[in-house]
Amino acid sequence: MNGVAVHEASRRLGTIHVPSVTLAHGGGGKAMRDLIDDVFVRAFANDHLDVGSDQARFDLAALAQYGERLAFTTDSYVVDPIVFPGGDIGMLAVCGTVNDLAVGGATPLFLTCSVIIEEGLRVDTLRTIATSMAVAALRAGVCIVTGDTKVVERGACDKLFINTAGIGVIPAGIALDIGTVRPGDVLIVNGYLGDHGATILAARGDLAIDAPIESDCAPLGDLIAALLRAAPRTRFIRDATRGGVASVLNEIAVASGIAIEIDESETPLRAPVKGFCEILGLDPLYLANEGKIVAAVPPDQADAALDALRAHPLGYDACAIGRAWAGEAGRVTMRTTFGGTRIVDMLVGEQLPRIC
Amino acid sequence: MKYVDEFRDGERAAILEREIRALAPRLPRPPGRALQIMEVCGGHTHAIFRYGIEAMLPPELELVHGPGCPVCVLPMGRIDDCVAIAERPEVIFTTFGDAMRVPGSRKSLLQAKGDGADVRMVYSPLDALALARANPEREIVFFALGFETTTPSTALTVLQAEADGIANFSLFCNHITIVPTLRAILEGGDVNIDGFIGPGHVSMVIGTTPYDFIASAYRKPVVVAGFEPLDVLHSIYLLLRQLVEGRCEVENQYARVVPNAGNRTAMAAVERVFETREFFEWRGLGSIDGSGLRMRDAYAAFDAERKFAVPGLRVVDPAACQCGEVLTGAIKPWQCGIFGTACTPEAPLGALMVSSEGACAAYYRYGGVPAAAGARG
Repeated sequence: MNGVAVHEASRRLGTIHVPSVTLAHGGGGKAMRDLIDDVFVRAFANDHLDVGSDQARFDLAALAQYGERLAFTTDSYVVDPIVFPGGDIGMLAVCGTVNDLAVGGATPLFLTCSVIIEEGLRVDTLRTIATSMAVAALRAGVCIVTGDTKVVERGACDKLFINTAGIGVIPAGIALDIGTVRPGDVLIVNGYLGDHGATILAARGDLAIDAPIESDCAPLGDLIAALLRAAPRTRFIRDATRGGVASVLNEIAVASGIAIEIDESETPLRAPVKGFCEILGLDPLYLANEGKIVAAVPPDQADAALDALRAHPLGYDACAIGRAWAGEAGRVTMRTTFGGTRIVDMLVGEQLPRIC
Repeated sequence: MKYVDEFRDGERAAILEREIRALAPRLPRPPGRALQIMEVCGGHTHAIFRYGIEAMLPPELELVHGPGCPVCVLPMGRIDDCVAIAERPEVIFTTFGDAMRVPGSRKSLLQAKGDGADVRMVYSPLDALALARANPEREIVFFALGFETTTPSTALTVLQAEADGIANFSLFCNHITIVPTLRAILEGGDVNIDGFIGPGHVSMVIGTTPYDFIASAYRKPVVVAGFEPLDVLHSIYLLLRQLVEGRCEVENQYARVVPNAGNRTAMAAVERVFETREFFEWRGLGSIDGSGLRMRDAYAAFDAERKFAVPGLRVVDPAACQCGEVLTGAIKPWQCGIFGTACTPEAPLGALMVSSEGACAAYYRYGGVPAAAGARG
């Protein structure tokens, strides 16, 4: 990857022989070429990658068969720990960017992969992560077509940072817009909430809580395509990553000038995630997800949307969690199982565990 | 989820709600004001807002959100001291998460961390002790705060450090005690609290007898309560029953956790390590005699206040803050002149806007009553 290292298909790939990455692997010379060859090119191998030039090139006519508008997005991944139950930073870097394309209705097609490696990272760890990126790309139906590799001194980054940018194509007739949600529209999620956020907190190891939770990290392009086929008048979809479902609902309520009420008893939470949040005083509605969307669907298509989601392996536990209504614009409330109502506000910063 | 869902059951809540409403017409009517019940603990405030309990109560009844949020009542000067310790290069400063955002006069610990101080969030003082073991070349300081709920675990950590001969560990002690503060509130001027929802987890340590004076000397009922919404609702019911029947007793609603005599082992550990300060400064309430703890001379080696020269300066609360009046029930949060304008959870001026357990932050976030919602408009 990175200009010099995009390869002729016929060239023999270099091999890395040391156990960990050093500054020499970022120097632009043979060591870097070997690292890129051995770790990334081997894992990502595809027609677009193996072209000896500074950039990946696409035939516009070939893209046009997918639709009429390009979607372009980027995201950086700095998760700690880099490997966690249910995934790793590589899988996240592919799924996250794919999902950012897919929620706009785009068919995700191509990704870039830029890595910033802290010296000392074990090569086999890097290999595992590159492999899981390749597997996730295969699942998502995208190709990783170009990239960049930097190695920085110890302490200048935390083990490994990845940036991926993605290109997708939006089919004709799809115009999802956060400002179009109307009173009566149904808010739907495709399954259990908070799994990723709880997993990462637990996996950091400083809580001494051993919870049977896994990240929900998954590419959602296929699921979203199925949803849009079944409910073509879906107003808006967003993946509920940082800030959780609560933040997405608030963004929708503000942008569309409507109120939203959700029902606690309809909010799908796994028992271990619920318990984890109870112990730490966290609110699962604000925990990050990496395989969950919030979709706003007009009432007459809500059943079709739910059926389509539930027919898909990544939407088996889909639920309608609430409705938009003509209340105070921008206000999100929740009917509690206890019989009261409370406001679900935007979070100020990160959620901090409470003292007692 | 077992042991949680039972205490959040909507049907049982509806029964209690009906029972409470049935008692309402028989309640004593103090002239010119509503009947006021204070929930002392921040944990209760949190539950009341999170589950929308205020909306379930009859209009004759008003809840006053008391001083029992240890993060909220930390004075600015103590946060300045924390920052000063944390900014020393040899120090790893450890703290519970929700103390990170409390504003000092210069900055919060979160800002100090951003500026390069080594500030780490821990979940238990034992985590801080483990850091001390792992980093023998650094000084590990634990920001010890909280009521009797957290004091025993801090005391036991110091005893553990002593037993293991760990010399690079110390406490910045800000432990406070609830009883002198309740006494101060009861003796204060225009305070009209008619009954107390007593602290649950504090009482797990100290028992229920320390509250006897509230019933006997001040003729106010107390019900020690658990933290689930049904606990809170049940406690309000028990308090109203006492008021209707003209009784003033200390009742224990939280008997599944709180023994009336408390936990003697925990109290002994606290007694061994800590002693009462002559007075301690509370944000919003001012100085209260005998309300804080410091480390005994025998444990001076573990006392960050003696190990590092802390500025120890008193910082006056911002003049516009009416936290004290909110804490004592004289005004409601949204009646404060700067509520939701100069003072918000994003940029808190007053103590009660800081922690999610603070009454103002809770009103702002959960908007429990229409009046608060209107004030936010």
